[in-house]
Amino acid sequence: MQNYTVFVPRLAPATENFAPGHRACIGCGEALAVRLACKAIGDNVIVANATGCMEIVASQVPYTSWRVPWIHTLFENTAAVASGIEAGLKAMIRKGQIPDRETKVVAIAGDGGTVDIGLQALSGAMERGHDFLYLCFDNEAYMNTGIQRSSATPFGASTTTSPAGKVSMGQFSWKKDMPAIAAAHNIPYVATANPSYPFDLMEKVEKGLMTKGPAYVHIYSVCPTGWRCPGDLTIRIGRLATETGIFPLYEVEDGQYKLNYDPPKLQPITSYMKLQGRFRHLPPEIIDKIQQTIIEKYQELKEKVAASTGVAGG
Amino acid sequence: MAQRVGMEVSVAIGEMVRMADADVIAAYPITPQTHIVEHLAELVADGELDAEYIPVESEHSAMSACLGAAAAGARTFTATAGQGLELMHEVLYVASSMRLPVVMTVANRALSAPLSVWSDHSDAMACRDTGWIQIFTENGQEVVDNVLCAFRIAEDAEVLLPVMVHLDGFHLSHVIEPILLPEQGEVSAFLPPNKYPLPLNPEKPVAMGDFGPPFIYTEAKWAQEVNLKKSKETILNVWRQFGDSFRRHYQPVEHYRSDDAKVLLLTMGSFSETAMTAIDSMRSDGKDVGLIRLRLWRPFPFEELRQAVKNAEVLIVLDRALSFGGPAGPVASEIKAALYNQQTRPKIVSFVGGLGGRDITAKGFTEIVNRGIEVAQKGSKDEFEIFGVRE
Ligand SMILES: Cc1ncc(C[n+]2csc(CCOP(=O)(O)OP(=O)(O)O)c2C)c(N)n1
Ligand code: SF4
Ligand SMILES: [Mg+2]
Repeated sequence: MQNYTVFVPRLAPATENFAPGHRACIGCGEALAVRLACKAIGDNVIVANATGCMEIVASQVPYTSWRVPWIHTLFENTAAVASGIEAGLKAMIRKGQIPDRETKVVAIAGDGGTVDIGLQALSGAMERGHDFLYLCFDNEAYMNTGIQRSSATPFGASTTTSPAGKVSMGQFSWKKDMPAIAAAHNIPYVATANPSYPFDLMEKVEKGLMTKGPAYVHIYSVCPTGWRCPGDLTIRIGRLATETGIFPLYEVEDGQYKLNYDPPKLQPITSYMKLQGRFRHLPPEIIDKIQQTIIEKYQELKEKVAASTGVAGG
Repeated sequence: MAQRVGMEVSVAIGEMVRMADADVIAAYPITPQTHIVEHLAELVADGELDAEYIPVESEHSAMSACLGAAAAGARTFTATAGQGLELMHEVLYVASSMRLPVVMTVANRALSAPLSVWSDHSDAMACRDTGWIQIFTENGQEVVDNVLCAFRIAEDAEVLLPVMVHLDGFHLSHVIEPILLPEQGEVSAFLPPNKYPLPLNPEKPVAMGDFGPPFIYTEAKWAQEVNLKKSKETILNVWRQFGDSFRRHYQPVEHYRSDDAKVLLLTMGSFSETAMTAIDSMRSDGKDVGLIRLRLWRPFPFEELRQAVKNAEVLIVLDRALSFGGPAGPVASEIKAALYNQQTRPKIVSFVGGLGGRDITAKGFTEIVNRGIEVAQKGSKDEFEIFGVRE
């Protein structure tokens, strides 16, 4: 669990297309995830970015961290903007107006820009079958505007709009299962990734990029500021999210589920929750309830994996 | 040679977009715009227009997809009306601020509630501050001609702004009119290929749509204002060249029997033709009245308007939209503002009418003019009157 030697810098491309110098908080897991994703994406790409932390911290006039063509327009429309870019390139290439450089189109957004306000645009773009990769950087709340809940905020987490109070336990609803929603669009590639598993993340982003048609990668992103945890625990908390079964790493390729990492024994969720201030108020019975749900959901996932491979238990 | 054909105006728009060889069309259906996007879908389905047709899931996404396509350097077209234009609202500002030359026809439609699919200018007026060039048309020929001009204006390197061509829903969108459709060769000669100067391109990365703190936001908006104002030169130029090539002439402010008329009526859009009939009959009754019409709504044609009304004593403005709780109809209040500091100016009387598809006949326009003259002489306690309303 404490073994971080899995990251071998030599094995990752040295190019930084998401350049340093941006204004993300210390220990920001989202910035790390974007940086790793950019290593996998390469140079031949156009990025459409939704409003949110990653846009705000990295694009303040007159600076930008983006070394690839990049466009930001609004909060909820990134998948639609990406649709337009993809369609524009396609038409212009077909009509001989520009050479075919096989440029890829990547849309990136936070959990709010994806699972809430941007869900309709994303659903439309996936359903229409545009050839693009969508990356959702999920830090489980609207961080850019000050830690408000989203429908990706986990049950019980205290945020500024789901505050724990005398008669409230914090977030009252269970995290929306966005990868399942993406998979329900029958797109060729859906995956979850976590920057605490950098090579797995880069592989999946690359796979999504190379997929013909829509690909969706849901990337877990620790936010020390919003989760009220020390910035030097980002990698460890990320690992625990997967080791506890809270954020399993899996792929859905042409409808077939595959678990990329199945810990021999799931860690108790308390090991994950106790490191974060957002769960501090939760009494043991609520934590038990969450624990039970996490195990059930993990089991459900394993059943889907088993149904895909025909091997019981996955 | 151009062919005169009897054609539904919406279909003719599609034909012009085909000849303009648009690369991307992203559209969502709404009455009374539907026939435009249906015809375009057919043209693409039959291989007559080589474009990507994106059947988006909303108007918000329609305009967003247009942003992406235009930023990639594609010639981009869409169409909408009423609620659809409202749903795009936020995205409209981005198109103009990021200088993306999208062309859109708006089949003007009233806004809910109550739901109305019929025409007025509420949708058009609600986006007057979005930074788009807005052109109003009065008949099918004008629509088709101005769709062609719109591509030239929008894509001009000096302009790079989105353009809306407004046509009144049903009154124009759904009527069959004799239309002179130019030949493909004439269109290609008039409209050069789109050359967006800095498209999204990995060989020359650009960052578009950065976050602008207070030290730069004001300058960015000022630049946009200068740019939109200055676009008028190009608009006039394109109309002039269009006139040279096609023998049909367009002006920011159009005149009809207005020379030296003491009383002027001002209208916009398809009502203008009925108003002309009314002017003719009042003239034959010996009344000293004329008509002016605003064709260019944004950028606002200050000089042309001041010139047009400088000898008039009364200017009666008919708005097809309300500015609830405001000083007049939106057009009338802007005209008042444009004339307020002039040494001599006509009395301005504001009427609102033709809301939600209610017709105004030639007789109605005569009543409006007569009542307008009366209000100008005697004054009124009301800021404006709603013509024909049952109170
Ligand atoms: C239409 C609209 N509504 C609200 C906002 C305000 N807003 C900007 S970013 C944001 C939250 C972003 O959250 P998320 O997508 O999760 O990204 P994060 O900042 O957490 O990375 C909100 C609510 C906006 N810009 N536009
Ligand atoms: S608020 Fe969170 S996601 Fe945003 S920059 Fe800071 S650490 Fe990163
Ligand atoms: Mg977030």
